[in-house]
Amino acid sequence: MEHIRTPKVEQVRLLERFSNKSTSGTLHLTATHLIFVESNNTATTAAQEIWILHHHIASVEKLSLTTSGCPLVIQCRNFRVVHFVVQRERDCHDIYSSLLRLLRPVSYDELYAFSYNPKQNEQQREEGWQLIDLGAEFERMGVPCDRWQLTDVNRDYKICETYPRDLYVPITASKPIIVGSSKFRSKGRFPVLTYFYQEKKAAVCRCSQPLSGFSARCLEDESMLQAISKANHNSRFVYVMDTRPKLNAMANRAAGKGYENEDNYSNIRFQFVGIENIHVMRTSLQKLLEVVGSRFLSVNDYLLGLESCGWLRHVKAVVDAAIFLTKAVTVEGASVLVHCSDGWDRTAQVCSLGALLMDPYYRTIKGFMVLIEKDWISFGHKFADRCDQLDGDPKEVSPVFTQFLECVWQLTEQFPQAFEFSEWLLLQIHEHVHSCQYGNFLANNQRRREELQLGDRTHSLWAFLLREQQNYLNPAYCPTYADTHPVLEPSTLPCHFKFWRNMYHQFDRSMHPRQSVLKNVLTLKESNCQLEDTIKDLETRLQKHGISPPTPDPQASPRDQRILPTRPHSLILGAPLSRKEAQRQQEEEEEEEEVGEEVTECCSDTERTVEGSSGTERKESYSDLQGTYGAKAEPAVVSLEFGVARMTC
Amino acid sequence: MEFSEHIKTANVEDVVLRRPFHPPMQGTLCVTGHHLLFSNRDGDSSRLVLLLLRNIDAIEKRPSVSSGTITLKCKDLCVLQLDIPGMEECLNIARSIEYLSSLDIVSDMYPFFYRPLKLSLQDQWGLSSPEQNYAQMEELQDRWRLSHVNKDYSVCPSYPPAVIVPHSIDDETLVKVAKFRQGGRFPVLCYYHRKNGMVIMRSSQPLTGANRKRCREDELLLQAVIDGSGLGYIIDTRSNQQAQQARMTGGGFESKSSYSCWKRLHRQLERGKVLQESLIKLVEACGDHSHSVDRWLSKLENSKWLSHVHTALATAGLLAECVERDGHSVLVHGSEGTDATLLVSSLAQLILDPNTRTLDGFLGLLEREWLLAGHPFQHRCAHSAYSHARLRLEAPVFVLLLDCVWQLARQFPLAMGFSEPLLLRLAREVYASDYGTFLCNSDQERCAAGVKERTHCLFQFLLKPSEREHYSNPLYEPTELAIWPSIQPQSLQLWRGLFLRWTQHAVHLEKAQEELRNLVIECRGAS
Repeated sequence: MEHIRTPKVEQVRLLERFSNKSTSGTLHLTATHLIFVESNNTATTAAQEIWILHHHIASVEKLSLTTSGCPLVIQCRNFRVVHFVVQRERDCHDIYSSLLRLLRPVSYDELYAFSYNPKQNEQQREEGWQLIDLGAEFERMGVPCDRWQLTDVNRDYKICETYPRDLYVPITASKPIIVGSSKFRSKGRFPVLTYFYQEKKAAVCRCSQPLSGFSARCLEDESMLQAISKANHNSRFVYVMDTRPKLNAMANRAAGKGYENEDNYSNIRFQFVGIENIHVMRTSLQKLLEVVGSRFLSVNDYLLGLESCGWLRHVKAVVDAAIFLTKAVTVEGASVLVHCSDGWDRTAQVCSLGALLMDPYYRTIKGFMVLIEKDWISFGHKFADRCDQLDGDPKEVSPVFTQFLECVWQLTEQFPQAFEFSEWLLLQIHEHVHSCQYGNFLANNQRRREELQLGDRTHSLWAFLLREQQNYLNPAYCPTYADTHPVLEPSTLPCHFKFWRNMYHQFDRSMHPRQSVLKNVLTLKESNCQLEDTIKDLETRLQKHGISPPTPDPQASPRDQRILPTRPHSLILGAPLSRKEAQRQQEEEEEEEEVGEEVTECCSDTERTVEGSSGTERKESYSDLQGTYGAKAEPAVVSLEFGVARMTC
Repeated sequence: MEFSEHIKTANVEDVVLRRPFHPPMQGTLCVTGHHLLFSNRDGDSSRLVLLLLRNIDAIEKRPSVSSGTITLKCKDLCVLQLDIPGMEECLNIARSIEYLSSLDIVSDMYPFFYRPLKLSLQDQWGLSSPEQNYAQMEELQDRWRLSHVNKDYSVCPSYPPAVIVPHSIDDETLVKVAKFRQGGRFPVLCYYHRKNGMVIMRSSQPLTGANRKRCREDELLLQAVIDGSGLGYIIDTRSNQQAQQARMTGGGFESKSSYSCWKRLHRQLERGKVLQESLIKLVEACGDHSHSVDRWLSKLENSKWLSHVHTALATAGLLAECVERDGHSVLVHGSEGTDATLLVSSLAQLILDPNTRTLDGFLGLLEREWLLAGHPFQHRCAHSAYSHARLRLEAPVFVLLLDCVWQLARQFPLAMGFSEPLLLRLAREVYASDYGTFLCNSDQERCAAGVKERTHCLFQFLLKPSEREHYSNPLYEPTELAIWPSIQPQSLQLWRGLFLRWTQHAVHLEKAQEELRNLVIECRGAS
């Protein structure tokens, strides 16, 4: 609290991002949130509130003073961009400097997860952490088995401190081999099992690059790969996928690192797949956001911008690599070893996406959580560095995990029936990777997490998501789809890679469909379930009274049902997240009204246009009717919104 | 006329047919006057593939010594391939297809021969007449009248026999106004906004010419339109510069000095050749199976199709805004007033008028604003995106309309009473159809050719109970509100259902949509 100089500033204007509209209200600064409350000018509509978690703020910028006040632009990691205008420069400066300090926590203890306290007892909290058990997951895959075993070499994080304690290796890989191999691999990340394709007994393994330089060899490492190859009788060789572009891998040789020399390793097939590094991805996404953030964007500039930022090209490269992996394993029955440089970015992307294509379990809600827990959290994707949780090196920040979520989204778009979850789950996970509200994604690796005692001091996101999982269901999901399509074969045609508007414009509501099919179908489904329950309930009651149940009257029961609010909560894009539990409920309702996806609600409104686009609420205008004729009945006329017009010319 | 003289080889055995989503099939190919018939007897089961020759846009033949391959590129964007044994047969069949797929005479076309059992020629043709439309709108009748000045199509050949005009304007004046407007398309009412009594009018350009000719009657008519409110907007679907240039060729625009109560707004909508080329480029991009994202995006951009969608929606939004928000009447026209004008006026009606968003209402809108209003379907839809023929009057204005409607339906999935399959069906029928609805260029031509007596009506058919169910939107929840689309580039999408329909993955999407549809119907049925 000592960093907050001005807890409250009144008469702040919030500018709409893509139009010239603005709302005025009050800005509150709390220890965890920046809150904007719209001044309630009309009694009928609830005041708009925006809650921004400090951890979500990526940057704060104070622009030069204008006649109307001092502009403050805040960019968030969940791609929200807000533009405030504060009347007095001093207030603006106070908020600015407070935020600067607050959004750069220097120690883990300052993170929200350690103060976040939902109304939950200790037992519930602990149970939340036990929801996902990776040992059980490997058992589900059929490991340990006669060829793969659990090794305890890393029990104390002695061999590799960024790996988890429990690792699975070929039975024939002895301890000296493991130790020798780990010394020959960057950061000690030696080849270990991450997915086992039971049907063909083929393994997906992961590691970091070998320290081969120009000529170095390591017999133990060679034996290690030999052991992986031997553990699979289906194939005489093992694929080694270097997910980097060849040039990058070669450059690494000069630093004593590099890639496997096919001559030294018997029975390997080496392959580069060319995914760019974290720096390229960071710049690419920045460019993308610049393009789609410009206010008067023409269709042509939009498409050219999409092309030149390269983001979709990178997304496709990751999916292509996963497809390669999947084909090698499921069609050829070969084992594959995947690595990049350190084996925690591109390797995590490719392994997890490949597993998603191969195994229907990972396409369920629970399975998807297990997948993230395994390939990302336990194998040490550096969430703290990549998501900039603590004030760190900006060069380490990169949207690798976001990109993974986007790859998954692209797949859900291609296979609408294959996934149990909808994009809301992906958005929600993305939100919380950055919110630092739950313990799951804090720190860079398991060892550090244990030191922080996250299991004792924080809550688990998975428990929260599972509790409200009906909100994340995909109504088109067809469980039997997995029987006919156990392995997904996505198209790699570029036209199937689309811009993910709901991620990158999650908070720009004017861009979203004004009505949601997804939400509507879910509501219908849910009300139907309730109906069936009511019927059952009525039947049992009838039976209790000794009356044999007649065929339930379809007219009678629905009538009272309709009164029930059947809509699931928080079914909104840009769902209310990371706020104190107490305010959540109320908040959600408000936001839902803003998003206004239900036409019926507004029919009673005096304004006879669809909400979110009604006369006073409108987000954009089609033109400049400049010089419109003098007298106007209502103030909300087109001429007030010149700006957008240029876009439409 | 005899089709048989153009069919040298009517039957070929052992032909292999390759088409999307199906394994190659071997069977017998048969050419008839209007169809390609492919049948395959596989044991007990026999399968029949029927292709309307009119649907074929381009044909490519690759004959070799003993056989040949014909690639058929259809107007519904599907591409088929036939492997035909025998070079002679191959060439004969190709020649027949080439000739029979591009018949020019209306009465030779298939709708005049299509006689399904379940339909009768005695059934009503069309959904409604101008008289009925007028009778339904009681609230406008004190200021507007139905004029039969065009009853024999002499005043304006592309207009229907009856049109709605201001009460105070008599037929004699209309005749004079028609002479001052290109093609005789004088301003007529096409939409009456109940909420505030404002209207949308449409016409063609005034023939002011280089020496700024005036027409007193034309000015009177427009004055009568805004009588009372005193102000009006003219949305010209050409750029200011284009409108200026039109004067050189006898056309022009309403100048400020002569029409002091009207304010002109220029919005450039592409038409004609530009639009057709855009479609060709888009379809070419969609068929490019290279794996480069950059190439795809640059081709998509280069086609400019989405820009046209954007401009059309933006202009329609502007028009609707003038009427609803600003409370003024609007006259919309470009040059001929048969393409972009209709596009904009019908989209604006969809935005404003809930009645046009039902299945019946939408088809009614198409009938009023496209068929009766004289969109030259036969000229515009003679060829689609694959044809190598020299472009003449082709332009996919109607397809653009359907795309825009699809965008609207994407943004307001509950507001439309009809479904995507309807739009897809219309996109197909407009190019090649069993029905007579889209034949000819105007009402006059349709009457002269006997279309209404000798063919079946597509719209009537689509409204039959069996079809109606398939083409309705199960999620439909009527709303009285205006639906304002977002026109940010990020909100517009490529219409996959149409343009990527034949790519491998369309199947997954279609199936999922079907499932979702069934689910909704099931849920709705239960409650």
